[in-house]
Amino acid sequence: MPERTQTARALRRRAPGLILITAAALYSVVPLLSMVSAALAPQGTFPSGLSWPSDPHWHNFVDAWNVANITTLLKSSTLIVLGVVPVAVLIATMAAYAIAVLEIPLGGVFYTVLVLTLTLPYEIVIVPLYEQTRSMGLLGTQWALILPLIGMNMPFAVFWMRAHFVGVPKELSEAAGMDGAGPWRALFHIHLPLARPAIASLALLMFLSTWNQFLLALVLIDDPNKRTMAGALQAFTTKYSTDQVLLNAGALLIMAPTILVFLVLQRHFVKALLQGSVKG
Amino acid sequence: MRSIKSPAGATATRSRHRLRARRWAGWLFALPALAFYGVFNFYPVLLSVQYSFYDWDGVGASTWVGLKNYTQVFTDNEQFSSLLHAFYLILFFTILPVTIALITASVLRQLQGRFTGALARTLLFLPQIIPGAAAGVAWTWMYSDNGVVNQLLRAIGLDDIARPWLADFTWALTAVGFIGTWLSTGLCTMLLLAGIGKIDNSLYEAARIDGAGPIRQFLAVTLPGLRNEIGVCVTITIIAALASFDVVYLSTQGGPGTQTMVPGVAVYNLAFNDARLGAASALAVVLALVVIAVVVPLQRLFREK
Repeated sequence: MPERTQTARALRRRAPGLILITAAALYSVVPLLSMVSAALAPQGTFPSGLSWPSDPHWHNFVDAWNVANITTLLKSSTLIVLGVVPVAVLIATMAAYAIAVLEIPLGGVFYTVLVLTLTLPYEIVIVPLYEQTRSMGLLGTQWALILPLIGMNMPFAVFWMRAHFVGVPKELSEAAGMDGAGPWRALFHIHLPLARPAIASLALLMFLSTWNQFLLALVLIDDPNKRTMAGALQAFTTKYSTDQVLLNAGALLIMAPTILVFLVLQRHFVKALLQGSVKG
Repeated sequence: MRSIKSPAGATATRSRHRLRARRWAGWLFALPALAFYGVFNFYPVLLSVQYSFYDWDGVGASTWVGLKNYTQVFTDNEQFSSLLHAFYLILFFTILPVTIALITASVLRQLQGRFTGALARTLLFLPQIIPGAAAGVAWTWMYSDNGVVNQLLRAIGLDDIARPWLADFTWALTAVGFIGTWLSTGLCTMLLLAGIGKIDNSLYEAARIDGAGPIRQFLAVTLPGLRNEIGVCVTITIIAALASFDVVYLSTQGGPGTQTMVPGVAVYNLAFNDARLGAASALAVVLALVVIAVVVPLQRLFREK
C-alpha cells in the first residue's frame, strides 16, 4: 500500500510542526476555557482550575449580565466607539490626502512630528489629559474619552492612510485635476473608493483599540457605567473579587463582544492585524 | 489599477500650476487632524514635560523644583525598581515569544505549502483580541491557589511547588511576565509564519545543495529573510512590556509589596492616589524616553537595507 506509507511518512514529517502549533493554540485558549469552567460552577462555591461542571449553571451568565450592567456598558462602549472611529478615520484620511496627494507646504514636517510621537506610551498624557478635560468641564463624561482618543489615534491613522495614498499613481490626481475636479471631489469620488480596503482595516484596528481602551477610561471617567467595557472591568473585579464564579462569568461577558466581532470578521481582522503590525 | 496617461503636456503643466496655487488651501484638509492631534496629543506631551519640573497636587499652587522629581525617579526605590521590572518583563513579552514563534514558524515551513490551520489561527489570535484587562482577570484565576497552573503542578506530583503565584514575593513578577508571553506569542507566530511563507524556496534548496543542515539553513536563510517581521514583533512587544498597565493593574496592582510595580502603575498611583502630579509626570517622561531610546536603535537594526 504505497499510498498509505506515503501518508504515514508525510504525517511523521509534519508531526513536530503540528504538535507545536496545537500546543501553541491550546496555550492560547486554556485560560479562556478555565474561565468558562469557573463561570459555570454553582454560585458561592470555590471552583477549581479546569473541570467541566457536572451540572453547568448557565444561569450564572444571566446574573452576571445584570450585576455587571452589561446592557449599559454595551451602550456606553458603542457610543464611545461611534464617537471616535468615524471621525478619526475621516479626518486622518483627509490629512493623509493633504500630505501625500496635495503635497501641502510643511506637510512633511507635520508628518514627521506625527511619526515621532507614534511610539509614545499613553502614560505620558494621562495627567495633562485629566487636567485638560477637567478645565473643559468634560471630566467624567464620555466626551472626556472620545475627544482625547481621536487625538491619540491621529499618529497611527495618518501614518496608515499616508502609506496608502503614497502608493496611488500621481497621474490619477492629475487626471482628476484636468477634468476640473477640485480637491474635494477628487478625494471623495476618486481616492476614497480606491482607499476602501485601507480604510476598512484602519477602522477595524481602531474599533479594537477603542473598545479595549483601559487606562484612559480609568483615568478620565469616574463612573464605570460610562466607561468602555474594558474600563468597567476594573470596578467589577473590585466588587466581586471574592466571587470567582460571578467574576469569571462577568469577565467573559465583557470580552465576548470583541471575540464575536472577531469571529465574524475574522479574515479582515487577521489581515488588518498583520498589516497593522508591519506598517507600525 | 489602471493608470491614466496625460493626453497633452501643456494641460498637465497648467494643472500642476493650479495644484501648486492650491497647495496652501490643502491645509483645510489637514486642519481637523492637526487640531485634535495638537490639543489632545502633542500639547499634553509638552504639558507633562512642564509638570515634571514642579511640585503640584493638582489643586493648590505649584512650586518649581527643578530636577528634583527626576532625581527621585532614580533614587526612590519604588520608582526605580519599576523601571528595572519593565526591562525584566521584556524577557517574557519579547524574547520568549519571538523565540517560540521562530521555532514554530521554521518547523511549520517544512509542512510545504501554506499553513491553513484556520482553527489554530483563530485561537492564536484570541489573546490579541481580548482587552488586556480581561487577560489580567483570566490569569489571576489561572494563577490562583486552585487555578489551572497549580492544578497541573499537583497533577504531576509537584505539590510542593504549587502556590498562589501572584501573591508570591519571589515569583509574582515572573508570573506576570508569562501573561505577557501569552499575549504576544500568537501574534508573533502568525507574523513570522506570514513572513516565512514569502521566503523564496529556492534559497533553501540552494543552501541544501551547499550542504547546509537545518541549523545552517535557519541561520543563513530564515533569520535574514525574516529580518523585517522579527523587527516588528520585537518593537511592538518591547513597547508593550515597557509601557504595560492593563494586565498588571488588574492582576497584581504592583504587589505583593512592590514586587510587580511597573512604570505605568507607578505613574497612575503617583498621580491619582498620592496626588503628586509632578513626580508622576517625571516618571512618565522618563518612561517615554526609555521607550524611544530602545525603539529607535531597534528600528535602525531591523530596517531592511
